[in-house]
Amino acid sequence: MDSPAIEISQLRFGWKAGECLLSVEAFTVSRGERVFLHGPSGSGKSSLLGLVGGVLLPQAGEVRVLGQSWGALPASRRDRFRGDHIGFLFQQFNLLPYLGLLDNVLLPVRYSRLRRQRCDETPAVEAKRLLAALGLEGDAVLSRPVGELSVGQQQRVAAARALLGRPELVVADEPTSALDEDAREAFLSLLMQRCRDHGAALLFVSHDRRLAEGFDREVSLAALNEAPRGLLA
Amino acid sequence: MRAALELALHSVWNRRGTALLTTCSIALSVALLWGVLQVREGARNGFAATVSGVDLIVGPRTGPLNLLLYSIFHAGEPTASVSRASFELVARHPDVAWALPLALGDSHRGYRVLGTTPDYFLHYRYGRRQALVLAEGRAFADHGELVIGATVARALGYRPGTEAVLAHGLGEGSFTEHEDRFRVVGVLAPTGTPLDRLVLADLDDLAHLHGTEHSTSLTAFLVGMKERPALLRMQRALNEYRGEALTAIIPGVALSDLWRLVGVADRAMLAIALCVLLAGLIGMTSTLLAALQARRRELAILRSVGARPIDLMGLLMLEAGALSLLGTLLGLLGGRLIIAVLATPLEARLGLLLEPALLDATSAAILCGVTVAGLLAGLLPGLAAYRRSLADGLSMRT
Repeated sequence: MDSPAIEISQLRFGWKAGECLLSVEAFTVSRGERVFLHGPSGSGKSSLLGLVGGVLLPQAGEVRVLGQSWGALPASRRDRFRGDHIGFLFQQFNLLPYLGLLDNVLLPVRYSRLRRQRCDETPAVEAKRLLAALGLEGDAVLSRPVGELSVGQQQRVAAARALLGRPELVVADEPTSALDEDAREAFLSLLMQRCRDHGAALLFVSHDRRLAEGFDREVSLAALNEAPRGLLA
Repeated sequence: MRAALELALHSVWNRRGTALLTTCSIALSVALLWGVLQVREGARNGFAATVSGVDLIVGPRTGPLNLLLYSIFHAGEPTASVSRASFELVARHPDVAWALPLALGDSHRGYRVLGTTPDYFLHYRYGRRQALVLAEGRAFADHGELVIGATVARALGYRPGTEAVLAHGLGEGSFTEHEDRFRVVGVLAPTGTPLDRLVLADLDDLAHLHGTEHSTSLTAFLVGMKERPALLRMQRALNEYRGEALTAIIPGVALSDLWRLVGVADRAMLAIALCVLLAGLIGMTSTLLAALQARRRELAILRSVGARPIDLMGLLMLEAGALSLLGTLLGLLGGRLIIAVLATPLEARLGLLLEPALLDATSAAILCGVTVAGLLAGLLPGLAAYRRSLADGLSMRT
């Protein structure tokens, strides 16, 4: 139980053989820790998230999540492990347009039995509680087609989805960049609060340094990445 | 699986506009395929039902198909005749229940005149062993009386009481007109067989026209046996008869020989229907493929919550399968509605017997076949989604 949420060691990654986009000697996020990772666009941020999520595998070195090395798992087990233990939150368009608001939140329990079991009550009750805690309450809101929600509301639905079933790690990729300033602040504090409640580690990636306040630690991807800058995509 | 299907249905519903069009194109092609199969079946049945209840057709020495064509379909020219004596011999045979003489050679305004006896109305059967029914009037019984087929009556506007002059020869605008006037006494109900285009008269009455008291030669004759087992024996005896060179054929056998010749056209129809169905499925495949680019975000979201690339492939295949299943059901239903409306006029006008069961083996086969074909058609977009999601991962790489 003491293994860190994320543990990267001697990682080298490039899209093509011989190319080196990311070279990280060591990077660790402890359990329950909230880390702000500063990375401007084009700094290899997407690749790093893919590596943390086990969708990409490094050419060399290792990425461990909760002590489990991605490279040691076959592809389908990686998908299952990701579904069980990591909640993702993207920049925009986080929701499936053809599912209702609640069904979007319940998406992880379709694929993860573990996260279904971790819900205190039924997943639907849990989902409603999470939505309420994120400021989305009442049938009027919950019954609206997701396409009619404001961007801020959509991101809160996505946050509820990332948190449902208490995954140990939440990875957020610029989730506030489409929000205006007030909504950004509110969303961020709600997200931090819920992660703290759940004891989830949070890896929050953004190009906007002003958001770093309130995090346990701030790390710059540029400082982390030892790959020669000229080769960055 | 249930969750995946639910997701697939939601996804299809979300794109219900294009989904509806795709479903319609599949429904149309399925309705066409099913319709062709029905018409094929109906045509075959109707063809075989042109004559029923006749055990043997006997004519002069000729090819079986030729004999069938001019004695039953009234097409082509009889080249020789059989003697009245041979007919009498067969008619009096103890195994024979009845025998009907047939004499062709006269016509009325392009319609062939068949000389026979009033027994014709008693023994001749068509379709599902149906007896001839007179829509109006009665059978001919006396000198100078005619019974006409339904098409003749409709085309010429004849009713019982109408007078008609017969002509020698089989063509329209005929050669020599006979002087004796005939009178229509009966009109047959439609049968959907060549009988509808026939004018029936008494054999001896026609002989009289040609200046003889009794007909001495016949074109052919039809035989009904008392018992089926005697049939083959009688056929062989007639074919080997030394008194006169005869041909005796069993209608069913000759009909299926003829069908094999005519069947080329209906195989071509089937091939066209299958091509249309293929086009419908290809259309669905391309629609799903085209939509894929816009769905990359959706695939990434599903991957992030733990869906495997194979799950995404299954999702697209299920969507294709669901569209195909729905389209097929609609098509089969629509096809039935159309045929339910058209069955009666088709049978009367074209002799097509269409009687689709609510659930038959053909429909079940189409339903399974098209759904499986649809799933397979989803394989291509499915594979594309699989590869796309592997390349995209959690973010869209463009």
